[in-house]
Amino acid sequence: MTEAFEILFTASFWVAAIRIASPLIFATMGELICERAGVLNLGIEGIMVAGAFSGWFTVYMGGDLWTGVLVAAMTGALFGLLHGFLTVPLGLSQHVTGIGITLLASSLTYFTYRILLPEVTSPPKIEPFQPFAVPVLSDIPVLGPALFNQTPLTYLAYLTVAAVAFMLYRTPVGVAVRAVGENPSAVEAQGISVTAVRIGAVMAGSALMAIGGAFLTMSAFNSFFFEMINGRGWIAIALVVFGSWRPGKALIGAILFAAFDAYQVRLQQITGGVIPYQIFLMMPFVLSIVALVVVARRATYPKALMIPYQKGER
Amino acid sequence: MDDAQRPEAEIVLRLSGITKRFGPLVANDAISLTLRRGEVVALLGENGAGKTTLMNILFGHYTADEGGIEAFGAPLRPGDPNAALAAGIGMVHQHFTLADQMTVLENIVLGTRPLWSFNLGKAAARKRIRKLAADYGLEVEPDRMITELSVGERQRVEILKALYREARILILDEPTAVLTPMETQALFATLKKLVAAGLSVIFISHKLGEVQSVSDRVVVLRGGKLAGERTTSEATRRELAELMVGGQLPVNEIGPPSPGAILFELRGVSTRSTGGAALRQVSIGLRGGEITGLAGISGNGQAALAALIAGTVEASQGDIIVHGETIAHWSPRAALDKGLGRIPEDRHATGMIGDMSVAENVISEAYRSPRFSRFGFLDWKAAASFAADIIKAYDVKCPSPEARVRLLSGGNMQKLILGRALDGGPDIILASQPTRGLDVGAVAYVHARLIEARDRGAAVLLISEDLDEIQTLSDRIVVIHRGHLSRPSARGELSVMELGELLAGHGHDEGAHHVA
Repeated sequence: MTEAFEILFTASFWVAAIRIASPLIFATMGELICERAGVLNLGIEGIMVAGAFSGWFTVYMGGDLWTGVLVAAMTGALFGLLHGFLTVPLGLSQHVTGIGITLLASSLTYFTYRILLPEVTSPPKIEPFQPFAVPVLSDIPVLGPALFNQTPLTYLAYLTVAAVAFMLYRTPVGVAVRAVGENPSAVEAQGISVTAVRIGAVMAGSALMAIGGAFLTMSAFNSFFFEMINGRGWIAIALVVFGSWRPGKALIGAILFAAFDAYQVRLQQITGGVIPYQIFLMMPFVLSIVALVVVARRATYPKALMIPYQKGER
Repeated sequence: MDDAQRPEAEIVLRLSGITKRFGPLVANDAISLTLRRGEVVALLGENGAGKTTLMNILFGHYTADEGGIEAFGAPLRPGDPNAALAAGIGMVHQHFTLADQMTVLENIVLGTRPLWSFNLGKAAARKRIRKLAADYGLEVEPDRMITELSVGERQRVEILKALYREARILILDEPTAVLTPMETQALFATLKKLVAAGLSVIFISHKLGEVQSVSDRVVVLRGGKLAGERTTSEATRRELAELMVGGQLPVNEIGPPSPGAILFELRGVSTRSTGGAALRQVSIGLRGGEITGLAGISGNGQAALAALIAGTVEASQGDIIVHGETIAHWSPRAALDKGLGRIPEDRHATGMIGDMSVAENVISEAYRSPRFSRFGFLDWKAAASFAADIIKAYDVKCPSPEARVRLLSGGNMQKLILGRALDGGPDIILASQPTRGLDVGAVAYVHARLIEARDRGAAVLLISEDLDEIQTLSDRIVVIHRGHLSRPSARGELSVMELGELLAGHGHDEGAHHVA
């Protein structure tokens, strides 16, 4: 039992937790922006697949790592544009459209993979982002290496949270995004286009989701597998609710979930097969459901979430 | 405001020959209107007279088929909401356009700064808002969330939004519909200050009293056409009413009540909070042959009370007594079985099912009775003939019993609901906001039917936010505030201002409950 407890104080556990959290942070911030603007984006799972592949493939073809990130973001933004076009001016069901985007983006990615790399038996590899120890900060015991001996993409994830929080609460465009998710007619009445703000937010959010996907192929691993997103998009949607649509709380949620995930892997090793490993795999998901029940019942969601806006209607 | 009426005052807004058609319907027929600097023009008309269409054209939400608009001498680009804002025209909509979970300040600065800047300029904005608020009597704390504000305060935020953008023309759409009498007085005081500062105001309303006390000039619309224009001080109330209605104003005679036994009673009833205000220790008795009017500002527990009586919300404590019998399990079905006639607050949301036919809707409360079903199969012939009876008896204008209810006008839909609720001669009637959004003719019709029901001995509970309606119809008045009921008062016992005090929560002895 003490062994299980000691895990929590090892640096390697927290390093893993933050690494697992990084793609979730990108994806959660992406979904958060979309939902704050009033658009649920269930395309997230597929957009992450597309981002994971397009970023990785760019590097595989000889591109720079950062070029790969940029290509992934643009791929995400493109799918975001499609989702935005279908749900904002056309006002289609956000659920149905989102699931459609997920199916389209993932299938299209697998198809493209097969077309571009028809004769591979083992997945080709790239040289991924390498950990970079931030001087001084990484020398802090336990937390130092966990937070500051990561790849540059993880640092970008931290920056993203700060940028999203700043944008939402401190800039005119953030006020417009939040207002459009609360009451679109408030935005229209002040002379701002609801359509532009919403589509813009969905594109930006989708770009972040795709970077989250790319983290897996370009930082956590070094190649692209089918099914590698493995429900991370859906978890991000739950994390947005868990975080009450606030970037800071959502960040905490992402790290908590990742810590559970890292913890269960280590517990599996300790217990050595006495308990079926599926029980451990379930743990983070069960805990996230429990956390949602506890936290999210009081959450104040954006009032206009999932409600299409028709000009002139009240 | 006398100098505002000087003819030489500059014309700030000119609408000329505005025509707008929606298919065969002419919503605005060659309407012209001018507004001068420093004057208040009332735009008077019933629902459907074309007031809202006209303002939507001014604001670029619609494009006029004919005619043009000039603001401060320059033509206004049609179909562009930004054009009106840029020309210095501000609008306070009837349904507020505020983002609830944001602060007053955020709502006001929204759209006033370039989107892509790194600074909201909060400090400067806060200072300016405070200054404007102080100058015009629009006190509201810039850093509070909209959700924390009263309806009156929210309206002040809407006005501040326009002033912050340096609007020179302010349009208010039915601004007093949601206000207490005191708040209305404060709004009028603000309007006087604005006009004194050289702004011009268009005040849209269908309430004659207000129009007379606040405006310099009245423009009356009827059926999409300009029905007339008068200088307020020279027009009588009757003349304006007749211009608005296009003939004699229908008047209902209401005789003295002959109260009978208490047919329905709540004793110390509370409900759990479900979003809106909950009821707290409410006691009220409804007598046969009497209309009890429940007045209150929107959101003070009227919805909970109506839902409780209709059976859709359960009491967490207290007793419900119907015909002297305490009912253990009050439910919508029990309410129907006990002969309760219900006129729900929102005819679209809970009163009728828009996509179902007239016949389906009229039997929706009685489909289980042997009259309409046998062995679990519906008798459509009986349903259609019942629908036809109601259509005839209640003068519902609709093509056939098979027509979808969605296609009916508000007034006709309400008549249908009235028919469904009153047809069986119920002796307890719950009427929630029964005339909201109806034109004068339909209002008079609904009132007449309620008076008729009262005169045949039914107990009527009238829930309304319209004080005029409450005062006209009610034999007794009870005021609801934050889930508490006031002591009942007899017809004519309280003045409007005294009622206003009760509406605002003064004079309620909290916790005390009375058996009326």
